[in-house]
Amino acid sequence: MSDADLEQAPPPLPPGEVPSPSQQLTSRFGGLSGVVAPIITTVIAFIMGGLVVLFTGKNPLKVYHAVFNGTGINWFFHVGNHHARVPFSTHKMWFPWDTASIAAGNLQQTLLLTTPIILTGLALAFAFRCGLFNIGGQGQYTAGTIFAVWLGTSFVHLNPFLHVMLCLIAGTLAGAVWAGIAGILKATVGAHEVISTIMLNWIAYWVGSYLFGEGGPLQGSQPSIPISNDIAEGAKLPVFWGIALLQGLSVGIFIAIGMLVVYWLIINRTTLGFEVRAVGFNPEAARYGGVSVARNYFLAMAISGSFAGLAGALDITGWEYRIGENDIQASSIGFIGLAAALLGRNTALGAGVASLLFGALINGTSGRQLDPSIFRPDLAGNLTTIIQGLVILFVGLNLGGIGLWLKKRRKPA
Amino acid sequence: MADAPLLELRAITKRFPGVLANDDVNFDLRRGEVHALLGENGAGKSTLMNILYGLYTPDSGEILLDGKHIDLGSTKAAIEHGIGMVHQHFMLIPVMTVAENIVLATEPRHMGVLLDYDAARKRVRELSERYGLAVDPDSRIDRITVGQQQRVEILKALYRGAEILILDEPTAVLTPQEAQELFEIIRSLKSQGKSIIFISHKLNEVLDIADRITTLRRGVVVDTIPAEGATEESLARMMVGREVLLRVDKHASTPGAPLLQVEDLSVIDDRGLEAVRDVSFEVRGGEIVGLAGVDANGQSELIDAIAGLRNPAAGRVVVDGHDLTHANAKEALEAGVGHIPEDRHRRGLILPFSLTENIALHGYRTPPNSRNGFLNLGTMLSRARRLLKEFDVRGGQPSTPAGALSGGNQQKVVLAREIDGDPKVLIAAQPTRGLDVGAIEFVHRRLVEQRDAGRAVFLVSLELEEVLSLSDRILVIYEGRIVGEFPPTATEEELGFAMTGGKRGEEAAA
Repeated sequence: MSDADLEQAPPPLPPGEVPSPSQQLTSRFGGLSGVVAPIITTVIAFIMGGLVVLFTGKNPLKVYHAVFNGTGINWFFHVGNHHARVPFSTHKMWFPWDTASIAAGNLQQTLLLTTPIILTGLALAFAFRCGLFNIGGQGQYTAGTIFAVWLGTSFVHLNPFLHVMLCLIAGTLAGAVWAGIAGILKATVGAHEVISTIMLNWIAYWVGSYLFGEGGPLQGSQPSIPISNDIAEGAKLPVFWGIALLQGLSVGIFIAIGMLVVYWLIINRTTLGFEVRAVGFNPEAARYGGVSVARNYFLAMAISGSFAGLAGALDITGWEYRIGENDIQASSIGFIGLAAALLGRNTALGAGVASLLFGALINGTSGRQLDPSIFRPDLAGNLTTIIQGLVILFVGLNLGGIGLWLKKRRKPA
Repeated sequence: MADAPLLELRAITKRFPGVLANDDVNFDLRRGEVHALLGENGAGKSTLMNILYGLYTPDSGEILLDGKHIDLGSTKAAIEHGIGMVHQHFMLIPVMTVAENIVLATEPRHMGVLLDYDAARKRVRELSERYGLAVDPDSRIDRITVGQQQRVEILKALYRGAEILILDEPTAVLTPQEAQELFEIIRSLKSQGKSIIFISHKLNEVLDIADRITTLRRGVVVDTIPAEGATEESLARMMVGREVLLRVDKHASTPGAPLLQVEDLSVIDDRGLEAVRDVSFEVRGGEIVGLAGVDANGQSELIDAIAGLRNPAAGRVVVDGHDLTHANAKEALEAGVGHIPEDRHRRGLILPFSLTENIALHGYRTPPNSRNGFLNLGTMLSRARRLLKEFDVRGGQPSTPAGALSGGNQQKVVLAREIDGDPKVLIAAQPTRGLDVGAIEFVHRRLVEQRDAGRAVFLVSLELEEVLSLSDRILVIYEGRIVGEFPPTATEEELGFAMTGGKRGEEAAA
């Protein structure tokens, strides 16, 4: 730091006054270092993932390049003279990118995956802001999918707009109720939310398995196949890019992005967000300030769960259209959301970017996208898990804290 | 100088990013003396002592022990040179016994591996008898008082062969009685040839215990003077750099209608015991009523009950005619109870929150701070700007996290918020705890201003001097009961006697 930097560095300290450790720590809550640490975290995770690739005898750069191409993000780099159909019409217009290329298809898949990760990430982030660890994003997501499928396969003659809205709202509320149970338990008897949400995850898992399993009440019309019927056409979200039959991109991504804005608004601009953050940082001071801590624990969990529930409903109405026993048991979207929230530091923008990273990574390493001659996709899937795990590990370690520790001898106590 | 100094710090300079913490500091310690290091928070006292204890390396300057240059690269080196330090926050393991804590890392052993507990206990007993530090070697740390824990820390240093003892703000955590006991211990150590560096910002203590006093201001030594002949006023001037009003300047009070009425109040504490018993008193507008008492005699529970943070078991709390007996914190705030809490870190402030947000902590839910559930950040910000200026909060802008401010400035933020809320009743609990002289003066002046503005001020403090100099009437609490009411002309002895349950005051409160 040059002298000029010192002159300008806020807040100004009177001479002789030593910056407190908390002052150094608070830099974590904002400013440049708040962005730098997650980036370093990600880079280190990728380097270590690269080492794993190296051990398998492959070239990590080549593998990462192939993964990158599989994500479809390379689509943005191929600018040319193209025509694109204006969504929901037959008109065509000039467009700098080729909307029908392979990369475009890949990008659609990446964004489809990003959609629920954003929402489960927001779910985790909202609870974190209130000092709660909602590890039940998975169960709340499942609750959302169950209700979306149930209502989507019922009322087949309903007005399409009403039908899809019904599915989305019901899924959202289902997630809110599922998390709200943990919130009420926390607020009234002090049951730890980690324990109760994990238990609720398993309840959702088995309830879902029963409902869609063989002989279950929501199993489809084909006996011996443990999958639900498809939801009605009217319950499907419009696909605006690509073809619905080939898993094109639905407008769900815009709903997710809209929720990022809603999250930011609630946290930073409303009295509710103020209370949630106050309780998250210091419940005793919040109580002294006239905030009902119990009420906020309940509300924060319910709102958190509604994000996860909406994620489930969007997946059903956006591209899955049906759900099977296997899907419920194999899904781990709630836990990917956890990684996204941690990496994104519980901010709207951070969670959005981190979700895109994980969505791209999962899609880029999936068997459908990755060329088997470059890296075996089954290994590549594990690579994703490794990188995801490393990210959580490093965020847990708190790189900023390590940096402080290393500098401790030079800084005042 | 009659005899050569035992320890000498020469021209010590230590710079932290953006801050010159110690600037060419000279300091010496003679054998068998108590040398006080006096200075406001952030004056560089702790930095200097951490250099002496091997925690920091100075940028320049040298340290001499018995006239010989020594290098203190680590605390281990400091201990080997006979330097021991008792930190403000104790470094003890709560679940281990006194003896185990003292011998930790240098335990006497059986066969090289097993702790020889009997030998440890014996050595601890020898040490504690020799220096008059009464502790039971077999007690667990978490079962003994703070004062006793401090003795364990001192014993730990002595056990490791300390000849020079650094005591960092040792009385900050002690009750007045425990502080007196500590001073006895210091005198006993001194008489046995130990040399002591006593860090403090409390003037009366320094005058009481020290032989010489060195004052630091903003990293620079102002002067080193003998304690004899110094006065609190002269020390305060050296510390702060200007004249400081140590006695509170106020006219006689003109009490109005009773704004706070407490009737037969009983409150149960967290352990289920009756902490406040049948307490009745009133505070009228335009007067300061002080509550004196030894720590943990029910003060905290009484305050909590008035502020709506604890539901009383019996009795009534009435603020300006409104019954607040079973009110919650929000209702108490709305009825006009301002509350400067005793622990500003636990309650008064949300440290990661910005100053703007902390200032809005009570008002965020009502216009003009918010409308229809949406915060009005512009209003919040301009209110914060105005209050930071009005209350002379330094070291931070509205966007600065509260945790980044010094203690005195943090307290000013709390004070600003509570006073600006236009309370009818202002509860000030330990309003100057941990503050230095300049900040104390500021807080006291503001409290008197509130009284003069017709508000009812209820002051709860462990500092007798503070209660005596601010209050218009003084109540004494002992074991949850009000045991006496005194005029501000009462002596510390009279109050002290009542505080320890010695005798009922001349006129027991109604």
